[in-house]
Amino acid sequence: MTGMRGLSVFISDVRNCQNKEAERLRVDKELGNIRTCFKNEKVLTPYKKKKYVWKMLYIHMLGYDVDFGHMEAVSLISAPKYPEKQVGYIVTSCLLNENHDFLKLAINTVRNDIIGRNETFQCLALTLVGNIGGRDFAESLAPDVQKLLISSSCRPLVRKKAALCLLRLFRKNPDAVNVDGWADRMAQLLDERDLGVLTSSTSLLVALVSNNHEAYSSCLPKCVKILERLARNQDVPQEYTYYGIPSPWLQVKAMRALQYFPTIEDPSTRKALFEVLQRILMGTDVVKNVNKNNASHAVLFEALSLVMHLDAEKEMMSQCVALLGKFISVREPNIRYLGLENMTRMLMVTDVQDIIKKHQSQIITSLKDPDISIRRRALDLLYGMCDVSNAKDIVEELLQYLSTAEFSMREELSLKAAILAEKFAPDLSWYVDVILQLIDKAGDFVSDDIWFRVVQFVTNNEDLQPYAASKAREYLDKIAIHETMVKVSAYILGEYGHLLARQPGCSASELFSILHEKLPTVSTPTIPILLSTYAKLLMHTQPPDPELQKKIWAVFQKYESCIDVEIQQRAVEYFELSKKGPAFMDVLAEMPKFPERQSSLIKKAESVEDTADQSAIKLRAQQQPSNALVLADPQPVNGAPPPLKVPIVSGSTEPQSVARSLSHPNGTLSNIDPQTPSPDLLSDLLGPLAIEAPPGAVSNEQHGPIGAEGVPDEVDGSAIVPVEEQPNTVELIGNIAERFHALCLKDSGVLYEDPHIQIGIKAEWRGHHGRLVLFMGNKNTSPLTSVQALILPPAHLRLDLSPVPDTIPPRAQVQSPLEVMNIRPSRDVAVLDFSYKFGANVVSAKLRIPATLNKFLQPLQLTSEEFFPQWRALSGPPLKLQEVVRGVRPLALPEMANLFNSFHVTICPGLDPNPNNLVASTTFYSESTGAMLCLARIETDPADRTQLRMTVGSGDPTLTFELKEFIKEQLITIPMGSRALVPATSSAPSPAPPVPQPPSPAALADDPGAMLAGLL
Amino acid sequence: MGIRFILMVNKQGQTRLAQYYEWLTLEERRALEGEIVRKCLARNDQQCSFVEHRNYKIVYRRYASLFFMVGVDDDENELAILEFIHLLVETMDKHFGNVCELDIMFHLEKAHFMLEEMVMNGCIVETSKANILSPIQLMDKAH
Repeated sequence: MTGMRGLSVFISDVRNCQNKEAERLRVDKELGNIRTCFKNEKVLTPYKKKKYVWKMLYIHMLGYDVDFGHMEAVSLISAPKYPEKQVGYIVTSCLLNENHDFLKLAINTVRNDIIGRNETFQCLALTLVGNIGGRDFAESLAPDVQKLLISSSCRPLVRKKAALCLLRLFRKNPDAVNVDGWADRMAQLLDERDLGVLTSSTSLLVALVSNNHEAYSSCLPKCVKILERLARNQDVPQEYTYYGIPSPWLQVKAMRALQYFPTIEDPSTRKALFEVLQRILMGTDVVKNVNKNNASHAVLFEALSLVMHLDAEKEMMSQCVALLGKFISVREPNIRYLGLENMTRMLMVTDVQDIIKKHQSQIITSLKDPDISIRRRALDLLYGMCDVSNAKDIVEELLQYLSTAEFSMREELSLKAAILAEKFAPDLSWYVDVILQLIDKAGDFVSDDIWFRVVQFVTNNEDLQPYAASKAREYLDKIAIHETMVKVSAYILGEYGHLLARQPGCSASELFSILHEKLPTVSTPTIPILLSTYAKLLMHTQPPDPELQKKIWAVFQKYESCIDVEIQQRAVEYFELSKKGPAFMDVLAEMPKFPERQSSLIKKAESVEDTADQSAIKLRAQQQPSNALVLADPQPVNGAPPPLKVPIVSGSTEPQSVARSLSHPNGTLSNIDPQTPSPDLLSDLLGPLAIEAPPGAVSNEQHGPIGAEGVPDEVDGSAIVPVEEQPNTVELIGNIAERFHALCLKDSGVLYEDPHIQIGIKAEWRGHHGRLVLFMGNKNTSPLTSVQALILPPAHLRLDLSPVPDTIPPRAQVQSPLEVMNIRPSRDVAVLDFSYKFGANVVSAKLRIPATLNKFLQPLQLTSEEFFPQWRALSGPPLKLQEVVRGVRPLALPEMANLFNSFHVTICPGLDPNPNNLVASTTFYSESTGAMLCLARIETDPADRTQLRMTVGSGDPTLTFELKEFIKEQLITIPMGSRALVPATSSAPSPAPPVPQPPSPAALADDPGAMLAGLL
Repeated sequence: MGIRFILMVNKQGQTRLAQYYEWLTLEERRALEGEIVRKCLARNDQQCSFVEHRNYKIVYRRYASLFFMVGVDDDENELAILEFIHLLVETMDKHFGNVCELDIMFHLEKAHFMLEEMVMNGCIVETSKANILSPIQLMDKAH
């Protein structure tokens, strides 16, 4: 093994590289070298192969992509000699993942090694499967691995690996381990003497027990036995004693396994375990040797966790709390960190709360520790232990810490402070203080939810309003205040500023001028809030103050022509409204109370994924909140209160219509149109559809009613003229062609919609089979009758539509499955002839079914080793066809790649040496061809993106032709549905007529699809 | 699942050994290693040996110029992992005799063989130095 000079030379070359660029060059050179050597099979000795494969691993470790040579690594697995085989196994498990196809190739060799007689081979194979074995391995190898694990003739070195290998197989497929048969064997396994086998078997046990503790209850006393054996140091070889401690790792694992059993029923087992635990709790001393100290404390902390889990012996629990109290005050940072962490876990046990509270000041000290890991633990613990009695102290500490905390912690910190303040506020004014301080100190980290929430509370609690207003006023005196503070104080002063009127500095005009000073400093979203506040200030000034009115009107007039629509609308509306006198009062009356709702903050906190945080949050949920703030209604919240809309108080005037009449050129306010235009009402009714559309339909709906933006007779690339002749009396919603194209690229969505019915579709494809479900939803309150659905199948598809009921009841949805089988390649499309009767009207439509050629394609990415031999094997027409396509819609290369991928023809990047070319591959499925590999190459001309040369190949002439034509159709006109894929080109306003060219009439004539459409 | 990865990185932030027990793409690995190394290298001796990063906990230990970093799940015993690192170093010491960064660099394969004997599928498989080293010694003898 000592050899491999080449490897050492390479490593030292890389080491001597002066910079990253030099390293890259050296690595690239080496990769080229390896690639060449791999190609020359004749001179590639196993030794060389081994050396190159190690180089690959080294390069991979440096962070470079090694996208070839995997086959060579895998092939070493079947080498006869150990050194090569070993390299093959180790490097394969580093470079490949469980889904890699090459791994499947090796499965037989691996199995032979596992069941073979050579135990070193067995070990290698078991380790590979243990590290990267997937489901296939689980299905084929589990029995063999189990046999090895319990075999009496196998040596421990094989069995310990078999245990962890089985653990992997069990995780990949829990059925790999048969519970009934295995539980007893598992228990026997734990009687093992060899500590290596025991260590790995205990890991296996942990996984099995966490899945089903009842089945493995017979293993519980065995774990206790292992612990006793180690605790008493009986039969523990010197090799397994670490700094005088009998295998700390096995002790930890065994105690961990016990924490997956809910309780320990058997009294003698219980007694034995408590003796061991007692010995650990009492007998662990601090010693000088760091390693010994760590190892013994590893065991001690695990024992603490187990005691907490069992939560049985009161005395032992208080011992634990005492120990943890000691740990959180020591200087040694590791112990302190773990003390804090475990104390947080201990909070789950309710009756130790009071004892933990005694350590509050100590914990707060850790919140100021220079080590962020420790500060995080302290923060979590403080958050977890907070309740009504200590909320004031803790939250104040958090606020203080906020000004010095690092940025990465501030958001979490302010969220936590806000939640604690909300849950445990002893009184409401304190809550307002806390939130305003939060905004003041860490405005950037205070999410909108936090200030929305304080506004909700103030609005809902009358007693609080004057206090909040005066606080808000105070903050405005500070020199530089955060924009969020401007928002919240403007809002509060607008609503409740008049309550302060008698205090100095709080008259409406003074409030206005101090707020207006901030306006030049704020961003666009804040200006509308200020405008609303001005309008409210104006309204509250009774008797009117002409001076103030003049100033405010000037502001409104200034913003009447603002480019921001929200600001402009408000300025215009407020200006007009404020001229209206009493009606103004009606419209701008005080905000009504918000409905009680669950705090969005708490919801947010629950969704925050943070280490060890979860437990504390769960704990919070169990704890009683303070009575000061009322919450609880578990109604879903959409985050924000709608604080900024003009409140509708007097039901008579609907604000939209006010706005509409106001913006009328003559501006007379008297003729408010009482009749809201009916089309709007209609669309409102239709808006939230009563029928559940299949997922994906939503985006389509946004296209709105026909005519809004759609061009009904969209130029349609795919040769077939849309079958939407319209003798019908209904107006369609959305564009049928567009919907069809969208569905060609995705598997669910709306196929058709009119005011009465919506037809959705959901499809699943497997090989040459497809299963579609048509969802037909009646949108009306009266039934749809004479419903008929008939499939007109093209010759290449076999279609079977389940019968559709004659009547669809009001507001009901019926489903009708449609089975599809692809017989041979064709671009032809099936048509659904659909009709129904609504009242006296007959509505009928012919709809193309999105069972297009690409649905029978399965994405497939090839490497260069796989691609080129196949490509060369296809010699020319009729299997490989080439065509120069002109009139291509210009697309940048990545966009074209996206387009290809979207219809399952997978681009294989980097295969073609010319960067202007794309190489793609896919598998096509039909009954006649079976699964067939298709390859394509697109050569583009960077100087002229409207033309390209396309070469398509497959093992079937018809398939090659059809696929080529299909791709051409996609390139010539980009269907509407895929617009999202090509944002750059489609968004550019082009003065020239649109590039897409309809296919020439000649092309139409020999196109079967077009002929079908003609027949229809 | 216990141990998710083991990294050996020198003071300059160069990776000397990386072994993952869960599949990450090359991009993800590069990003992860960069972030972790930055965090750990910035710490001093008075700080604890644990760093929280995303949903990992990193248990690390420094030996001269080399950092050993082990990424674990939330429910792993941190001190046990910390001493496992030491066990790994002692095992390497026993084999190389006063192991240093260069030994690991130039005998990457041996470092991998040792790890392979110690950890499998993210679980500790063996803690006896003699057992860990015996396959390597057998192989050395064969040469």
